[in-house]
Amino acid sequence: MNSLETTFNRLRAQGRAALMPFITMGFPRRESAFELVPALVDGGADIIELGVPFSDPLADGATVQAASQQALQNGMTLARCLDQAAELRSCGVRAPFVLMGYYNPIFQMGEHTFAQRAAEAGIQGVIVPDLPPEEGDTLQATLRAHGLDLIFLLAPTSDETRVKLVARRASGFIYLVSLTGVTGARDQLPPDLEKFVARVRRATSLPLAVGFGIARPEHAAHVARVADGVIVGSALLKVIETASNPVAAARQFVAELRAGIEAARAARPDEFPRG
Amino acid sequence: MTPKVLPSNGPRYGPFGGAYVPETLVPAVRELEAAYEEARRDPEFRRELDRLLRTYAGRPTPLTPAHRLTAALGGARIYLKREDLAHTGAHKINNALGQALLAKRMGKRRIVAETGAGQHGVATATVCALLGLECVIYMGTVDMERQKLNVFRMRLLGAEVRGVEAGSRTLKDAINEAIRDWVTNVRTTHYLLGSALGPHPYPRMVRDFQRVIGDEVRAQILEAEGRLPDVLIACVGGGSNAIGLFFPFIQDENVALVGVEAGGEGIESGRHAARFADPQRGRLGVLHGTQTYVLQDADGQIALTHSISAGLDYAAVGPEHAWLREIGRAQYTYATDEEALRALRRLSELEGIIPALESAHAVAEAMKRAPTMEAHRLIVVNISGRGDKDMPTVARALGTHVEEL
Repeated sequence: MNSLETTFNRLRAQGRAALMPFITMGFPRRESAFELVPALVDGGADIIELGVPFSDPLADGATVQAASQQALQNGMTLARCLDQAAELRSCGVRAPFVLMGYYNPIFQMGEHTFAQRAAEAGIQGVIVPDLPPEEGDTLQATLRAHGLDLIFLLAPTSDETRVKLVARRASGFIYLVSLTGVTGARDQLPPDLEKFVARVRRATSLPLAVGFGIARPEHAAHVARVADGVIVGSALLKVIETASNPVAAARQFVAELRAGIEAARAARPDEFPRG
Repeated sequence: MTPKVLPSNGPRYGPFGGAYVPETLVPAVRELEAAYEEARRDPEFRRELDRLLRTYAGRPTPLTPAHRLTAALGGARIYLKREDLAHTGAHKINNALGQALLAKRMGKRRIVAETGAGQHGVATATVCALLGLECVIYMGTVDMERQKLNVFRMRLLGAEVRGVEAGSRTLKDAINEAIRDWVTNVRTTHYLLGSALGPHPYPRMVRDFQRVIGDEVRAQILEAEGRLPDVLIACVGGGSNAIGLFFPFIQDENVALVGVEAGGEGIESGRHAARFADPQRGRLGVLHGTQTYVLQDADGQIALTHSISAGLDYAAVGPEHAWLREIGRAQYTYATDEEALRALRRLSELEGIIPALESAHAVAEAMKRAPTMEAHRLIVVNISGRGDKDMPTVARALGTHVEEL
């Protein structure tokens, strides 16, 4: 499997940002990932974010909440998410997987068992939205021992001290939360996004992926001009939820986002200033 | 004598506690911690809070000897700490005043809060009216239905009450929604959390604002009896009234501390909120920013809870309680819905005091314990709130009908 680093390096050489769609595992049906993930790759996704449903997703807006609730009703669990990821690998899906899930289910499985099973399932990185670096020492070390990255987040409210702290601790990439708020499609990108990305860029040479509120191809294009990765979750879940043929609609939507990112390639500076 | 237990001020209480929050909120909890630390040391802040507690909230609240209840039970003598007589009818006002003053000091003019039974929501709406702050209360729609009177009170006090339809539509979902609001409006908004829960510094700060209960009990019982009580009993949802009562006595090893959880329809029924009493589902976990005992399934999904009292109907317990239990300093038991109802009737008939259903859980434990103790022993029960809000629920449970608002 390609590591996150190799993937970002390859794309950087191509002068293009990574497209990173997010789906909630077990939504809309328990086995949906087996159709959706190949469709996302087909549509042009570079890295797939696999969302583990949680009963109390406090960093998520209405769309991910509803999808999570549906997935839990469908019987989805953290163990099943890992099994499905492993099965996707055995079906030949090669794009890197980043698992995104709240801490309690990981804690219940046990950090060591989780890291081992995630590594066996062919997962490259893990995002835990309610685990800031201060609480994430042991999970990061355990994941690292299995060759996985614990992905840290930075938000517009993070001051320089925190930016430096995360830059020092991070590996794989840094997830930039575009706005002060929860996940969910928005009509417009926040106006201070470029400044925020530039602020973090000065502190690290790690790839920077931007998520929260990115809903349209023109948003993706805009973000792709300043960052190394474009994360789209709620907007994709909405497409999946409302389309009569969710798999085809998801492929189509991802292809449109990818076209937006391709269009941004020409406008991208050759080299970002490195900190 | 060297005390065995040294109180902790967080972020950890033994292995419990911490601050498991999204990155967006990390700066906010840090700012809150610094602001609280500074306020705590400022005599002017302390004076202002004391003044409001006295002239506005009606403190100190009395410590009432329960003569007829004591006589009826036979055994230890029972005193009642009367938080039901504090302004707005419960202990919640102590913390609401403290945090609202702190928010004002931090320049935050907008307050969000969660509420289960509605008592914390009413207390928050009240202090926001008093201090001229904007107030938004999140409440699960199931709780709004069973606590209609408190919804009306909050709105009358000028607060906006937002119903939460997600999940179980009770307290935990209201907390999720309040946190989401806080994440979104963190630069202008203070989250006025109502129990000794959540990320550091909340468990410590809420305890400090509630310890006035225990401090008063200590002075009052010494004056009345010339000695400390043998047993303190309080109900435990998140656990703010209990930790407020217990904390000033933690180093008095001869004072037993007893917390009472909501046993609902019984532990075996699975319909309860007794985190410590259910060894299968009540396990160490992380919910709403803190590591503590949480009712959950094997996959780590948070369990749905049940209690006749909305204020105890919550899946996690404050981290300091988890620690006091772990080190054996406090013990925790539970009372069922039925036992709480029986205790509520008994106290009403024998003492002329209608306790909140939450507090009735503590009364139920006192009723079990007092007859097993000698007559010179002293029990203090915290009547954390009054029962007016529960009349429709109690009437329904007793098979009568009270016309609801």
